[in-house]
Amino acid sequence: MKRWTLWLPLLAFVAVVLVAALALMAPGDRTVRSALVGKPLPQFALAPLVAGKPGVATSDFSHGGPRLLNVFASWCIPCEAEAPQLLRLKQLGVPIDAVAVHDTREAVTNFLRRNGDPYRGVGDDPASAVQLAIGSSGVPETFVVAGDGTILMQHVGAIRDEDVLAIAHAAGVVG
Amino acid sequence: MRRLLFLLLFVASPAVADSPQPPPPLAYTQLPDAGQEARAKALMETLRCLVCQGQSIADSDADMAASMRALVRERIAAGESPGAIRAWLVARYGDYVTYDPPLSPLTWPLWLAPLLLLGLGVMLARGSFRRRGSGGSR
Repeated sequence: MKRWTLWLPLLAFVAVVLVAALALMAPGDRTVRSALVGKPLPQFALAPLVAGKPGVATSDFSHGGPRLLNVFASWCIPCEAEAPQLLRLKQLGVPIDAVAVHDTREAVTNFLRRNGDPYRGVGDDPASAVQLAIGSSGVPETFVVAGDGTILMQHVGAIRDEDVLAIAHAAGVVG
Repeated sequence: MRRLLFLLLFVASPAVADSPQPPPPLAYTQLPDAGQEARAKALMETLRCLVCQGQSIADSDADMAASMRALVRERIAAGESPGAIRAWLVARYGDYVTYDPPLSPLTWPLWLAPLLLLGLGVMLARGSFRRRGSGGSR
């Protein structure tokens, strides 16, 4: 056996230790992202949930400029936390549609009365069918959808103050 | 004051992450057809619960897992194949959603490494047996 081959097992061991150490030190990102970013919004049509507001359908996203699709629920506490940021986005001129997951008319009506109402339409998604169809894995999540129906961006979790500009930028209202 | 605070704990509602609404019917109800239910169950055991992440959707009580079980049962009952349902979910959540990773540039080392290591072991063993057979080099 040649001299240098004696070192191979040690080298292999060091390589394994390095890979493990680097992976352990990197902060784990457990966010599950939709694989549909960059692809067209799947076909769906949800019935209206709140009195005086339309439902939400894919066809709403096929004309006009970019808009937001917000997946939320009245029973979700981070959704309350992001409500002021959604109102700000609306003021910036971004149209926002919503998918209400596992919810009731009364609960959502109360939620919108308490936290303000940024939505053009609110669709009723009682069995999370649309939530699953667009690759969302929780509430709240916000999708930026282009005028041609392509999903441009997915924001997982509550929109915080510092996220507003990035989302408005993706939706094309802030240079 | 302390006692009051303690009593207040009993009226405090926990921070809920789950919906108070009942889960979809097929989340906790088996399909009437035993063969379909078996296929649905087998598929559910290989799909990851996206919010619990260490469990399959068959094992989890999370809302998300309940919705996914209902989706699997609905589609199986409608005659869709388990492979098509898995593909539909993978198209939305990536390979992460399945516990049965498909062969891809990212996963081929996983499949090939055991074969390579086995081959390496055979070579080493052959080398050392041959040396012993010819009287040994040391």
